[in-house]
Amino acid sequence: MSNGYHIVVCGSLVPDPLQALEPVTTPDGPALKNESMLPSVLDPWAAHALYEAAHLAKTVPGSKVWLVSLGPKAKLQQLMMTVAQKAPFEFVAVDGSASGFTDSFETAQALAKAIESIAGLDRQRLLLFGGCSSASRDAGTTVGMVGALLGIEEQFLAVDEIVPQEDGSFRVKERVEGAQYLVSECAGAPAVLAWATGNLPEPPNNPQVGMTNMRTIMPALAKAQPAGNLRGSLRFESVETPTQRRETRVVKDAGIDEIARELADWIRG
Amino acid sequence: MTDSNPGSAKPTLKTLPGDDVRQILWRYSDRYDLQMVVQAARSVARGLVARLVAEGARHTHEWTPDKQRLLEAMDEAGITAVAIDPEHGGYIPGPKNLALALVAFELSWVDAGAATASLAGNLALAPIHERGTPEQVAKYMGGAVPAAPGEDRRTLRGAFALTEPIPYVGVDTNTMAGRVRVAEWKEGEEPILHVDKRGRFITNAAFANFACAAVASDDPRIKGSCMVILEDTDEGVWDPGSPTLKLVHQLSATNDPIYSLKVPASRIIGGYTVQDGVIVPNYSHAEVIEAVFRRTRVTVGLMTAAKLLSAVEPVIRYHRQRFRGGGQLQPGSPRYELGIQQREDALHRLIDVWATGEAAASLGFYTARLFDEFDPLEREKDRLFAERGIKGARAQLKAFAAVKDAALEFIRLEHLPADRRDAARYEELLNDTLVQFVVKDALSQVFCPATKLWNTGVGANMMREAVSLMGGYGITEDCPGFLGQKWMDAQLEATYEGPEAVQRRQLTVTMVNDLFLAQFRHWIRQMRQIAAKKPGTGACTLATAMELWLWTIGYLQKAKDANGETLYHGQRQGVAFPMADALSWLLASRQQILDVLELEEKGGDNPALADGFEGTVAFLTDLCHVMAARASGEVGRIVAELVYGYLRHPSWDGDCDSCFRASELEAVASVVPGFDSSPLEVIQDDDTHADKAGPCVRFPGMERFRELRLKLDGCLTGARLAKDRAAAALTEVMIPEALDYPR
Repeated sequence: MSNGYHIVVCGSLVPDPLQALEPVTTPDGPALKNESMLPSVLDPWAAHALYEAAHLAKTVPGSKVWLVSLGPKAKLQQLMMTVAQKAPFEFVAVDGSASGFTDSFETAQALAKAIESIAGLDRQRLLLFGGCSSASRDAGTTVGMVGALLGIEEQFLAVDEIVPQEDGSFRVKERVEGAQYLVSECAGAPAVLAWATGNLPEPPNNPQVGMTNMRTIMPALAKAQPAGNLRGSLRFESVETPTQRRETRVVKDAGIDEIARELADWIRG
Repeated sequence: MTDSNPGSAKPTLKTLPGDDVRQILWRYSDRYDLQMVVQAARSVARGLVARLVAEGARHTHEWTPDKQRLLEAMDEAGITAVAIDPEHGGYIPGPKNLALALVAFELSWVDAGAATASLAGNLALAPIHERGTPEQVAKYMGGAVPAAPGEDRRTLRGAFALTEPIPYVGVDTNTMAGRVRVAEWKEGEEPILHVDKRGRFITNAAFANFACAAVASDDPRIKGSCMVILEDTDEGVWDPGSPTLKLVHQLSATNDPIYSLKVPASRIIGGYTVQDGVIVPNYSHAEVIEAVFRRTRVTVGLMTAAKLLSAVEPVIRYHRQRFRGGGQLQPGSPRYELGIQQREDALHRLIDVWATGEAAASLGFYTARLFDEFDPLEREKDRLFAERGIKGARAQLKAFAAVKDAALEFIRLEHLPADRRDAARYEELLNDTLVQFVVKDALSQVFCPATKLWNTGVGANMMREAVSLMGGYGITEDCPGFLGQKWMDAQLEATYEGPEAVQRRQLTVTMVNDLFLAQFRHWIRQMRQIAAKKPGTGACTLATAMELWLWTIGYLQKAKDANGETLYHGQRQGVAFPMADALSWLLASRQQILDVLELEEKGGDNPALADGFEGTVAFLTDLCHVMAARASGEVGRIVAELVYGYLRHPSWDGDCDSCFRASELEAVASVVPGFDSSPLEVIQDDDTHADKAGPCVRFPGMERFRELRLKLDGCLTGARLAKDRAAAALTEVMIPEALDYPR
């Protein structure tokens, strides 16, 4: 492809998965106890999308990556100290709740509006990336709606791989039921790719990359527009954590076989 | 009367202090480069480093391929390049003491051996950075930047070779077995030197491809001592030697290398001149070392601080979950929810660990920042001296003495309110490089050894407490947070780069410097002012303890013991060393208070902190109070022993000015009724007396000391209430479900 892709990744923060989350009721509706004080990470689905975007941009000359984040400004700033080190991108911030108790549609509207305002973005070369389950309480609705609001009809959900072709088209592997993949050919941008886990490992933090990104991050945070009401008419009857007991431990880089064996052993008792 | 210790209605700690809080406390909230370095170091520490420890990589002394991955991970994450200036391929401009301190802190949160591996690389570069010629700096600093993909060169990795086999061990040794002599010196060409050096306990020696070795002249054609850069490609023997069988820090490579190499004289660090046919190094090895260690010791102190703070979360989790899973306990019951946290002792001891960790971090990071301010001053001072032709230690001391009065004047003006001082004079002194240099130098000469001494020494003892709080689990390999390993590691931190005795010896000299004491006096007033506004910090207690220390140091410098011997001098370590310990407690506690005040002042501006801010500040304030009380107690104990302990106890048969014969007493009482009811020492007419060592001590001239001692006891009011509140907060604070690194 001669000019490369313009890849916009939608991704924001979620509480660190190791935190014990406890829903509480506030005058504005449900929230998480001590939410603003809990450490945050980039939503893991969106993180995969970002790593894939960075890889794709590196592979296809002329490509560029934007990261569009909707979240509380102060929390986003802290998050960027890590995320900015992972890959080169230009940052666009929207100041609003990322609590998980927002409505997909309102969230999608705020994101679409932010994307429309990106200077220099060529919508004909646009690949819209995001996490397949992000900002939707796992319903998988948000990225698709952002695409729809931007008028993008080619949409791929639960993507694990994109293989660009020289003519600008690309092949996409999407997860479907029964551990099967659906392989599609797409003529090219614009398209929506909502990522599952992809195939790339998390890049190491690199402060040098981070410092380059900071040139756009701090101004973007300074001029972040408020997202407005993201709950719309959504009402929550009740919110509670699952009753199962969590037994968490951290094991990094374990293989699939190892994980499966451990689960099987645990079920057998 | 204002209650300095309000009751339980006070907001309390909701979550463990996160990055937002730490960035303000340790003053890098406006340094995005440092915030990113922290995240980069953290990802290596809690990723690869933790996996290596969990998988048992500490069980070998050898440098294994697995351990080698650490270097690659640190290269990849930008940690290796933190110490390098941008003109040589680094990315952090300006002084880097705080940056390196943060890296060491993050790595040590999981394993200090990994931190040492990183630190040792910087240590090898430090002599070149501080004293190297421009060519040396360009070659070795630039070469230490990891090679970029596609770049055809090997990354330079260094070792700092000072310590030698017994008997010549230790960082301040003036005698060395390492030797340098002229191997070849052709007319009009650069001399070729032969260097023989056997090292002991040399970190990075296993994989280093260059070493900075301290050697003494073994040739009349070379003067004194120097440090020389050796390379593994030099002609001769480059033997990394056998691994040191150390019990700790096994993720760093420590060997006993043997070097016998020919090198050009241009490898003498800082260069040389030829005077009357003799090679005269521009810097002796001692001058190079002094410039290096005064900075790198600070990071070691922070390594122990990180251990203490890293222990908090695993201990809380262990205590809460201790009785769960037994089948009989129901969720919601106090025993299920709180476990061992139902016991006050466990809570109080963890508060001691936490408070010590906070104080150690505050002290260490302050000192790192101090060196960031000091570095440019030192360079400017060097430039000025070179310009004015001031060379050699004696000439420099003379130049410093000439500005001492001006420096004292600056200190006085600095502590006056801006509207009450001579602004023009203050500005003039503020812009005087030499004045600023001696003022900051007086501080750095105290804070560096104090950080190394207190953080590692007291820290190691406190790590033992942390381990004990985990019961038997604490000394198992799979203890969450690797607390047992950290306890042992702390002992090495108290030893390497100058053991505790070296730090105390330095403090013996530097803590009585007039320029330091002048600043210390102002700090007492500062603590009182803080106490007036924030009584819950313990600042008032600390101020009294500082006054007591100041009185005592003045007394000890003038007084003699019962045998007429001078009390305070360099060789009388029984006097000077405990005073150094006492001062370190005070400095740590003071920095902790100052940091919490900074948080209170600046934290309100951060919306991310809004929710639990009051509670966080209240909790950290209580920790300050706990530490101030502990520090004051230590000071009280030490000074009382020193002031009274060198006086001879009065005896019944000596000249006792408070003793009365029973018959004398009776006679006086007949004239002065009630006199015999005074608390007097009475010797009966048959020479019998009360069963005790002698008449009780009454030393004239000690009134102020006794007054301060008594005052200090009273100043402890409220400290235990603060500890109770802090302990209660431990039972409520929200912690993650699991540690964020494997075990």
